[in-house]
Amino acid sequence: MNELRLPWLEFAILIPMLASFITWRTHAADKKRFVSIVASGLTLLVTLAAWIDFESLFTYEAQDHWDGIIAILGRQELLIDQLNAPLLSLTCFLFLLTFLATPRVKYGIYSFSNGLILLAITLAILSTKDQWPLIGLLALQTLPLSWEVRGQGGSTRVFWVHMIVFILMLIGGGWIYQITSSPWWHGVAISLWTIAVFIRSGCFPLHCWISDMLIKASFGTSILFVTPMIGAYAAMRLIVPIAPDWAMRGIAFISLATALYAACMTIVQNDARRFFCFLFLSQSSLVFVGLETSSSIGLAGALCVWMSVALALTGLGLTLRCIESRTGPISLLKYNGLYAAMPNFAGFFLITGLSCIGFPCTLGFIGSELLIDSAIEFSPWVGFIVVASTALNGIGIMRAYFRIFTGIKYESSIPISSMRAERIAILAITILLIGGGLVPQLIVNSRYKAAVEILEHRTK
Amino acid sequence: MYAWLVNILGFSTVVAPLLLLMVISCSLLLQRQLLEGTIARWMKGTIGVALVAAIGVLVIMLWTKSYREEIDFGNLVTINDVHFHFHLSFIFDRLSVPMVILSLALCFTIGSFGISYLHRDAGFHRFFLFFSMFTVGMVFASLAATIETLFLGWEFVGLSSALLIAYFQDRVSPVANGLRVWIVYRIADAAFLTAAVLLHHQTGEGQFITMLGSEAWPYGVSTLSNGVAFWVGFFLLIAAAGKSGLIPFSGWLPRAMEGPTPSSAVFYGALSVHLGAFLLLRISPIIDQSFPLRCLVIGLGLATAVYAAFTASVQSDVKSSLAFSSLTQVSIIVVEIGFGFQYLALIHLVGHACLRTLQLLRAPTLLRDYKTLENALGDNLSLLTPSWIQWAGPTVQRRLYRAAMERGYLDAILDDCIAKPFIAVFRVFDRLEHAWIRILDGDSKRISEISSSLDTRKTGASANSISKSVEIEVRKDH
Repeated sequence: MNELRLPWLEFAILIPMLASFITWRTHAADKKRFVSIVASGLTLLVTLAAWIDFESLFTYEAQDHWDGIIAILGRQELLIDQLNAPLLSLTCFLFLLTFLATPRVKYGIYSFSNGLILLAITLAILSTKDQWPLIGLLALQTLPLSWEVRGQGGSTRVFWVHMIVFILMLIGGGWIYQITSSPWWHGVAISLWTIAVFIRSGCFPLHCWISDMLIKASFGTSILFVTPMIGAYAAMRLIVPIAPDWAMRGIAFISLATALYAACMTIVQNDARRFFCFLFLSQSSLVFVGLETSSSIGLAGALCVWMSVALALTGLGLTLRCIESRTGPISLLKYNGLYAAMPNFAGFFLITGLSCIGFPCTLGFIGSELLIDSAIEFSPWVGFIVVASTALNGIGIMRAYFRIFTGIKYESSIPISSMRAERIAILAITILLIGGGLVPQLIVNSRYKAAVEILEHRTK
Repeated sequence: MYAWLVNILGFSTVVAPLLLLMVISCSLLLQRQLLEGTIARWMKGTIGVALVAAIGVLVIMLWTKSYREEIDFGNLVTINDVHFHFHLSFIFDRLSVPMVILSLALCFTIGSFGISYLHRDAGFHRFFLFFSMFTVGMVFASLAATIETLFLGWEFVGLSSALLIAYFQDRVSPVANGLRVWIVYRIADAAFLTAAVLLHHQTGEGQFITMLGSEAWPYGVSTLSNGVAFWVGFFLLIAAAGKSGLIPFSGWLPRAMEGPTPSSAVFYGALSVHLGAFLLLRISPIIDQSFPLRCLVIGLGLATAVYAAFTASVQSDVKSSLAFSSLTQVSIIVVEIGFGFQYLALIHLVGHACLRTLQLLRAPTLLRDYKTLENALGDNLSLLTPSWIQWAGPTVQRRLYRAAMERGYLDAILDDCIAKPFIAVFRVFDRLEHAWIRILDGDSKRISEISSSLDTRKTGASANSISKSVEIEVRKDH
């Protein structure tokens, strides 16, 4: 297998780990934030370098270049390919913006050290393809969030009930898959993995832990735990290459049900965090719908939706987080009328919200178009449900926008408009969303190549 | 010979309004608010250029006796392996040229009116942001040569319309109406998207020439099979019904009058409400191909015309009355399209849009106009009751009056049969989820209570102290 010219992936994992140690030892909150921003910025540069290096090799996948890992694990586990190359940079970018947009008032709640550990583990997951390291890392990733909720004195029972089943299913599936070559037992292993992926992705009816966690943990960590869509990544690595068609259909059927159910739930939510949760569940489920179509266009559309939903929902989440840091929990039961006090956030909310449902001229538009096109080819009903979910989410977003920003005039005796760091963070996402919508060819090319490779490996 | 000139003029028609949108949105995003005078100059300059360019294209087309000119912006996305193209091109033909000139002329008039009408209004910049988005949407929808481009413009018009209705956002009523209109538009958009993807899927590309034949409008012949033509037409009819306020979506039209008077109201009397009829005109070869579809179009148009005529006659405020009168005419245009009288429908559409613009601009001074007329006549203006209504008995008259006054109970029916059951069912699911989480958590507290207590505990502060910390930070930042 080809090798990268430098050990970019190891660097990408080690930098946040080292920074996490530094922030853990540091007491000054400002310094913690500074270290986190620098570390995640460096990691972003390293992952971008890895992507460029990989593209210059003109190959499907390339190993990282460091014998240290081979000496420790006996083989090189870290690799980069068409699927994960942009995801690594995207993940770093999301973490960087979250650190950047963390206001001082959140320093007491948000743990930068945990955030950096989460970044390191997430990057390690995204750089791993083999079964057992991936399972181990997926299990490990649950810890930082749990530590944080425990640290806040919150209950982690709902989270752990789900995560223990998730981990058991992963391990059980891996064990069965390893000890037998019988197709029937392989089917059982795939089923167990599928349940694990459903839990991690929050598919209906196994999604309650996400809404619970979004309320109990800090918003920043919760966003970063869900928006890189690690469940979808696990599905791409563990299930898609080996799953028979019935398993793929099952995944897509449950995802379709989740997309529709969550879209309907979005409309009736009275709490901004739960609204965010269901919007995320509905839109992220569409990624799995692309799997059902088993066509390169459908899969490319799903991968584009993955990128756009991750970016847009992180932007939306950060906007909500910034507002919450000023006003406390946001109720959608009443009109809050915050437009006059924070017009920038209103604009960002609308742009990121509309982008995640594939509004024209945003990054999500082409992805949704590709996805719906192949869904209709597969079955008109599937296409119709995707369209209906998107339409319902659009209603939910506009309802939330009106409830948060309009209806009354919010009277504040102090200025609560956006700060420079917050503006930079959300503006960066906005530029990417609109820029990606105006010039989508680059991202579509990359995702189409990844889709073709995935399908080729699946056929083999 | 004039191809290069048509290209330049066509390009200007499309790009100039887009430039206005970019300038205003960038200035707002970067918090560099433009002066009112600067916005006025940009607005007049860009829309004026686009209007002159569109008229220029018309003159050249008349001069060269050309029936169709295409401005190609190339593919937004191409996947060669699977022959997927997302083509961005614009067409100037006998349908799009009158429509784009009408749109730009009315937008220019309304924009100029709005500059003085909204002078020093807190939402001046916001209004012109949505206004420019609306103009871009109308230009894109009018000139679209592909179904995807038409959808793009369609969505822009929908979003800007909903936000303009909610323009007076410090009151609940405009916001609630804006949301209601958005809901109807989303249903229409979903239908449109389904039809667009279905068409794209059938023909491999979304170009109208491919699916409606190479002959210039309105002589195109659909290349779709009968079944596909029916379903595509059916979905597009739902989309058009949503956008033009046909039954059962008529309830949104008077609600749209909540926008700033009279400028945003003009959109719904003059332009936005005609977009559905324009869509049907654009796909008229598909309607001509399918007899059941044609019957549906005529039936829907007739039903809406009767309903709107009844409703308009009893409305107690001028804007609602104008809205339903508008709807009556739009429905008649739809009937004309159903019968295949495309030219008549187009002339009707243009004439009606101009008339309504004038009426809506005069609406705020209606009482003064009446007084002037009565002074000139030397007598009161008589209130005429249609003679045919006398034939009906008093009970029927009373019932008809009440139904018309309640706008055919359409909103109530939609609320009771769809919205309320939907909300009720999913609220039950929401409660079940909360209960399930409580069981898993082993906690009897409500999640919201946990949330609020945690938020207070996490921050270690009340909302006041949160505000104080933010204040310090904002002050530092500024």
